[in-house]
Amino acid sequence: MADFGFRLSKSSTIDLDKIDTSVYDRLCKTDPDVKTCMACGSCSATCTAAPFSGMSMRKVILALQRGQDVRPMLSKCMLCGKCIMVCPRGINTRHIILSICRQYD
Amino acid sequence: MKDNIVIIGGGVAGMEAAKQLLSLGYTPILVERNSQLGGHVAGWYRLFPDMTPAKDIIVPLRLDVARANVFTGTRVQSITPERESYTIVLDNGISIEARAVVFATGFSLFDASKKEEYGYGVYDHVITNSDLEAWFCGKEDKRIPSDPKAVGFVHCVGSRDLKAGNSQCSKVCCTTAIKQAIEMKEKFPDAEIYCFYMDLRLFGKKYEDFYINAQRNFGVHFIRGRVSEVGETIDGRLQVKAEDTLSGKPLKVQLDSLVLMSGMSCNEGVRNLARQARLDVDDDGFLKSSNNIYGILNSNRKGVFYAGACTGTKTVPETLAEARAVAVEVHNYLKNG
Amino acid sequence: MIYEGKQKIWSDYQKEIPDDHWYYVRSCIRQNFFPASERMFTEITRNVLKKDVYETPFHTTCGGIAYHCDTIPQETVMTIVARQFSLMTEAGYENYVPSCITSFGNYAEILETWREFPELEARIRENLWKACRREFNKPKYLAHTSDLIYHWRDRIAELGKYRLVDKETGEPLRIVEHIGCHYAKMFPHKAVGGAEYPYVLAGMVESWGGQVVDYPERRHCCGYGFRQYHVKANRGYSVSNTHKKFESMEPFHPDAIITNCPGCPYFLDRWQYVIAEQTGKTYGRNGFGIPVFTYEELAGLVLGYDPWDLGLQLHQVAVEPFLDRIGVEYDPKAKYLGVNKEDIMRPELPTSMKCF
Repeated sequence: MADFGFRLSKSSTIDLDKIDTSVYDRLCKTDPDVKTCMACGSCSATCTAAPFSGMSMRKVILALQRGQDVRPMLSKCMLCGKCIMVCPRGINTRHIILSICRQYD
Repeated sequence: MKDNIVIIGGGVAGMEAAKQLLSLGYTPILVERNSQLGGHVAGWYRLFPDMTPAKDIIVPLRLDVARANVFTGTRVQSITPERESYTIVLDNGISIEARAVVFATGFSLFDASKKEEYGYGVYDHVITNSDLEAWFCGKEDKRIPSDPKAVGFVHCVGSRDLKAGNSQCSKVCCTTAIKQAIEMKEKFPDAEIYCFYMDLRLFGKKYEDFYINAQRNFGVHFIRGRVSEVGETIDGRLQVKAEDTLSGKPLKVQLDSLVLMSGMSCNEGVRNLARQARLDVDDDGFLKSSNNIYGILNSNRKGVFYAGACTGTKTVPETLAEARAVAVEVHNYLKNG
Repeated sequence: MIYEGKQKIWSDYQKEIPDDHWYYVRSCIRQNFFPASERMFTEITRNVLKKDVYETPFHTTCGGIAYHCDTIPQETVMTIVARQFSLMTEAGYENYVPSCITSFGNYAEILETWREFPELEARIRENLWKACRREFNKPKYLAHTSDLIYHWRDRIAELGKYRLVDKETGEPLRIVEHIGCHYAKMFPHKAVGGAEYPYVLAGMVESWGGQVVDYPERRHCCGYGFRQYHVKANRGYSVSNTHKKFESMEPFHPDAIITNCPGCPYFLDRWQYVIAEQTGKTYGRNGFGIPVFTYEELAGLVLGYDPWDLGLQLHQVAVEPFLDRIGVEYDPKAKYLGVNKEDIMRPELPTSMKCF
């Protein structure tokens, strides 16, 4: 391969036809409430870990919908449950985090 | 005749106003340019949020107004203000002296081909909300594939769009998109359904429940980002681009059909009549109410009243409520001057 | 695709193009990239179509490249442009036709800015007077040279020796049209056919017998992007955009690309080589690339000019397979002979893309 000093950049475009959402699809079966998330962000705003670690429950759900690996983010969760208290849709976010972890077992 | 009332427009606003005026003992004159009464709603299949068949509204209303003086297929040619009345000439040659005039002239559906980037009228499988309702009603439409794998809905087409000349939110399209998304999912359970929205404006009774229902029970995907561009692939599918604003990344997807949620524009055809009757037109092109809180049904002129979407975007129940109220306004005006 | 739908849009975006008497200005870079294109424009317009097309050696850069690279204040650009207009005025012309798309966009933007801010125009007039004691009239008509070839496309087809069809099968050749960004995106109404479905090049392809290929990334930039290319560290973005276009047009198997911008044909042509060297992938038939032409080159081919007089040997992607399909007569041995038939030397051949 010739070296020109530059190369094709990787595209950041999310191609919905190419992503693998199987983790999210399985999660929807065990925890159908996850589908009612409206990305309000209150879970992330109240999260104990968020300001220091990059954890965000809103981003975890979105990343699953976009077929991305959420394990690095989830590993920062301390399972304190504050996010359940604020979710306006009553989603059991703590349970969802445990369900996601089970998906990767 | 001294107490003539002319209602211009035979959609749900005009029909409901006529019905109420009949029950108050008047015989209003209802003028509709199309060959049938019913307006936009008559072309709709079901209405949100309870999936009420549109014909359940339209059919009884048509019967209710049969006793009025109904002119269909007729346009108002001119309207001339007189001292205590208005002279209205219809295009069939009939001239009426009316003490009260109700504008129930509604809206125009935004012409989706003006948003050239979406390719309505250019790409084979791009349709509007109105086309989809006609298809639900049984009209054949080759643009809708028989077995779609993916269908998209674009919210805010010609609404909240200064470039298209419409700064207003059309109010009904978010809920209509959710309704139509559910209906498509009912017809094609294996298809993925995407709604591309900027905000979801679900203000009315049961609308939010409708949204939750679409998410939880129908698995409709909601993507916050306005579609920027549509192209056609080699196999005739549509490539759609938007930003996934929640992740801050560009996003693309191929669809078998794309439904544009055309919004409500002002009815340009009314401009001329408004000028003749010396009625104020608002800067959004809709007729201007005397006050947007307590005078929505009143114009700047005595004896001219408004009902429904001629003054701005309205839902069907809002329109019906205004039509009922305008009947009382007219009654009080004729009684007390 | 609903052809009538496009026709409806095209009819909304037509511009008035006077038939004669044009003041012609060249591009800074086209003569280096595709040396015969501008020469063909004067050849076709003056000698074939017998039009009055005037140019002056006193013309300079319009400042457009520097403007789009963020290295020049806009007032300076405007004063440069004012001087060009004064040369036009001095020569007694009022129809202005630049050969560069960025110039065309630059002129259109400046005229529009002056229309909206007359006080700025007054200041530029003063600048020009102070700098070189010149005055000017604004052009009555502004067109791009591709607008003119579009305007005369049917006449060129009538006089043509070849058509854009496969000589074996009689099938129209499949042509991708690519419009320079600064042609229509800023002012859709100043472009033939508008910005979403421009007709200027599509009209030539249709008139000359080819079939226009529309593909999902048609509207996308060629990848040049000024700073994206000029700053070496950014060139990855430049070639990535070109790559995106080729990936999108690949399933349509286009036979050629027609362009109307100085940068687009260069980058669509040369980056195919870079992509092939980096990924091993080529997009044309049988290991070749997809040839990229300027509209003057294609007009020249249609009119029967010798491909080597059109400068096609300076393309990176081999043009011979395309010429063979049309049946254009040419001498393969003369490819690298200059105007005086002396050897102009041969380029090194790429490893991953077939070339002659």
